[in-house]
Amino acid sequence: MVKASRKRAKSKTKVAGKAVKKTRRASKQTKSKAKKVTEKTAGKAAKKSAKKVTKKRPAKKAASKSDKKAAKKSRRVSKKTKPKAKKAAKKVIEEAPKKERRGSTAEDMARRQRDISVAEFFIKNRHLLGFDNPRKALLTTIKEGVDNALDACEEGGMLPEVSVVIAPAKEDNRFVVTIEDNGPGILKDQIPKIFAKLLYGSKFHRLKMSRGQQGIGISAAGMYGQLTTGKPTAITSKTSASKPAHHYKLEIDAKKNEPRIIADEIVEWKTTRGTKVEIELEAKYQKGRQSVEAYIEQTAIANPHVSLQFVTPDGKKKVYKRASKQLPQQAKEIKPHPYGVELGVLIKMLHDTKARTLQSFLHSDFSRVSMRVAKTICETAKVSQRSRPSRIARQQADNLHKVVNQTKIMNPPTDCLSPIGDEEILAGLKKQIKADFYTAVTRGPAVYRGNPFQIEAALAYGGSIPVDGLAKVLRYANRVPLLYQQSACAVMRSVISTGWRNYALAQSAGALPTGPLVIMVHMASVWVPFTSESKEAVAHYPEIIKEIKLALQECGRKLAVFVRRRRKAVESERKKAFIQQYIPHIAIALREMLDLSDRQEKTMVRQLTDVLERSRS
Amino acid sequence: MKKVATKIKETAEAVRTKIQRKKKPTLSFPLRSLSNVKYRPAKGFLELKGKKKTRTLTVATVKTFAQTLRMMSQAKTLVEDDEIMTKREAYYVSKNWDDARFDEQPESDTVIDDIEALFEVNREQLGFIPEEKGGEVAGKLIVLDRDANTGEKLKIDCTKFGSGAYSIPISVEHLKFETKAKFVLAIETAGMFQRLVKHGYWRKANCILVSMGGVPTRACRRFIRRLADELKLPVYAFVDCDPYGMFNIYRTLKVGSGNAAHINRYFCAPNAKFLGVTPQDIIDYKLPTHPLKEVDIKRATDALKNDPFVQHFKPWQNAIKQLLEMGVRAEQQAFAVHDLNYVINHYLPEKLSSPKKFLP
Repeated sequence: MVKASRKRAKSKTKVAGKAVKKTRRASKQTKSKAKKVTEKTAGKAAKKSAKKVTKKRPAKKAASKSDKKAAKKSRRVSKKTKPKAKKAAKKVIEEAPKKERRGSTAEDMARRQRDISVAEFFIKNRHLLGFDNPRKALLTTIKEGVDNALDACEEGGMLPEVSVVIAPAKEDNRFVVTIEDNGPGILKDQIPKIFAKLLYGSKFHRLKMSRGQQGIGISAAGMYGQLTTGKPTAITSKTSASKPAHHYKLEIDAKKNEPRIIADEIVEWKTTRGTKVEIELEAKYQKGRQSVEAYIEQTAIANPHVSLQFVTPDGKKKVYKRASKQLPQQAKEIKPHPYGVELGVLIKMLHDTKARTLQSFLHSDFSRVSMRVAKTICETAKVSQRSRPSRIARQQADNLHKVVNQTKIMNPPTDCLSPIGDEEILAGLKKQIKADFYTAVTRGPAVYRGNPFQIEAALAYGGSIPVDGLAKVLRYANRVPLLYQQSACAVMRSVISTGWRNYALAQSAGALPTGPLVIMVHMASVWVPFTSESKEAVAHYPEIIKEIKLALQECGRKLAVFVRRRRKAVESERKKAFIQQYIPHIAIALREMLDLSDRQEKTMVRQLTDVLERSRS
Repeated sequence: MKKVATKIKETAEAVRTKIQRKKKPTLSFPLRSLSNVKYRPAKGFLELKGKKKTRTLTVATVKTFAQTLRMMSQAKTLVEDDEIMTKREAYYVSKNWDDARFDEQPESDTVIDDIEALFEVNREQLGFIPEEKGGEVAGKLIVLDRDANTGEKLKIDCTKFGSGAYSIPISVEHLKFETKAKFVLAIETAGMFQRLVKHGYWRKANCILVSMGGVPTRACRRFIRRLADELKLPVYAFVDCDPYGMFNIYRTLKVGSGNAAHINRYFCAPNAKFLGVTPQDIIDYKLPTHPLKEVDIKRATDALKNDPFVQHFKPWQNAIKQLLEMGVRAEQQAFAVHDLNYVINHYLPEKLSSPKKFLP
């Protein structure tokens, strides 16, 4: 039993913990999906407890019992989606030493075993979401708010105007963060769920490039605020000029993972439409590499179509003007590509599909599978193409999965990607960084694990960038700057393993290049493979690293031309000065020795300069 | 003297002509290094082989080129005005040349040496005199000089300096000599010279003592050379037993230096012989020693490989090999281990009894 539950947990860990990002689309469907996610969380928890327990021998027996129950529960999860397994398992571990002496009956334990809500889970594990410390919590809160605002504006087809205000609260170490956008606004009924229920949203279940993708996002930020200050999250939203603005004060009921409405009123708001979120939280405002300011500045670089306004706690207002009026092309939503599908997902899809035959299921639920390809897959897997998808047995599904990966299938469509574009990148860079040279490259789309992605890279060199020290790397995933865990990121690996010495820059082994250089790398994908839920570093997929390196090399070649040309010019200038400096002395010496006149001396200087200038070029 | 001035003028003219023809002017100098000299047994000194380096005016050489020309102009003035200037003074004069000034004296020294080689004269002929002291003399020698102001003849008896000594002037060409001595003993250290003077060794051995104080200066070499030529005296060198004593001091005294090979014909004493201390003496006289330093070993192997003088004399090669094998060196003061005056009473008389055994 333990084994079974472990296996189960394993196949799901990848999805577990990734949750629904809130947006404005709500339906029964999402609810049922949220259920599934919790189920996975439970599975994970069970696995964890199993692991821990094996280390402590005396507790083994008891633990395996609890595992049994956890596993059972994870399979039959209640409608309200509150898996108990995790907490139960934990408790067992805590009390393990006691059992050594007395032992505890299954009934005793059963009394302690109960559901855990996602909210409770994340309260305990807030570092998974980027709320490890007050400094990071502030950044994560703003990041979630701004990401949501930008996604909403772009989806609504509006040029985003976002304002971020950090104001000190009454108590020390507390701030009120206000994020306001001019997006399409949110329907009244949706506001509580979106802002005060974890794992609720639209982005998780579709394959589409967006900033948020797994989103626990803004509600987690609200929850953190509630946890540290006891204050509710305040939301004001308006969907059009003719409609009233709704103002809510919300809290999360952590036990139920349901919104609790503190205030619900209609207010005067002068804006035509938009959304404003206010969260009070315990935080620390700091400047530097991983600060809010750095995040906003880097956001401005990668999103030149955005107009950003930022007010710091000491009341200073910073404006990041819009550098381009070009709204990014809306990325299309795609179906999954068969190459990226895992066995468990395939089984689930087989179960859920509306298609009646296996062949039509393959064709309609995946991208790039034609009827002919679907037929080939069925034949090779020795499964009838007419069989009902929901009746495909495990063994057959396994076969199907293997065959799919061996069959040649066209790469996924790439209209699901919306790269920034080299011109826009240059506009963004030029706006924020004063340099002498800029270059940007947008690579063609590529694929990892069946997910299409696209790499863009840009360099800024010279100008006001400090000459001493290592190059600065700006990392982006779907236009969102990544500030933490630089060294764990595939981007960093790619930058370091690129031979910058070929491009006229200094670089010591295993380090970033040195010089006045800013390196920007953007990965656009329907699913960016982050190494953790807090979305800080891109995982090391060889396909991704290869693409990044190719992009950097392309930029590097252009940079090398510039650097060499400039060096040559400097050298030539230096030589020229050198000649000017010493030629007169040759003439003086000759005049002295040969008793020349001043005029003859001057002629000599002219002639000598000619001779040397000629030889120089 | 005027000849040098004319030569300088010709060179300057050549440079100017090239410039007027819109060509890069050049200056060519004899290469000043051991690789450009060969030993001439018949003449007895190191002579230039004739390799030249040409300095073409380019962006890279423009600074040195300007400095060389300015220094040439300086030399011409000195010659024409019959004035002298030490190398140090030359360095200070260059401070008037703005950007073309020298930052360190070795830079200006090199340029002076270049010019000297370019015209194949010694720098004294160009009006540049060295700062260094010429060396000291004691013993049975009468030097005939003139008073600088009155031109009156002066007779300087080198036996009459008591515990002091006669100082060799920077230029020795005008001196005349009288002597009854049998040989010249050239000594490396002032300390040993002092001991021999104090005990009147010159009287006992009937000789002229010269203190070289390390590598002999040009004036010192020229002085010894003139004693050897004009008085037909043999010259014996008494130096430390180490590669420096052998190949920097003794070799320079006998055959001249590689660096100033263009003037070696005047500035060396080809008839000089090496009295000691030889590696064999270390064994024979049981001298206390020090291990050879790394620079010593390098200098010795280098001499074996590159020095045309050593390559010509088999006995020297053997001596070096012996020294390297023993791995030690000994100073001339080391005889003090036996008795302070052991040198005077035993070593020198014993060695002088058979000058034929001296190393060449």
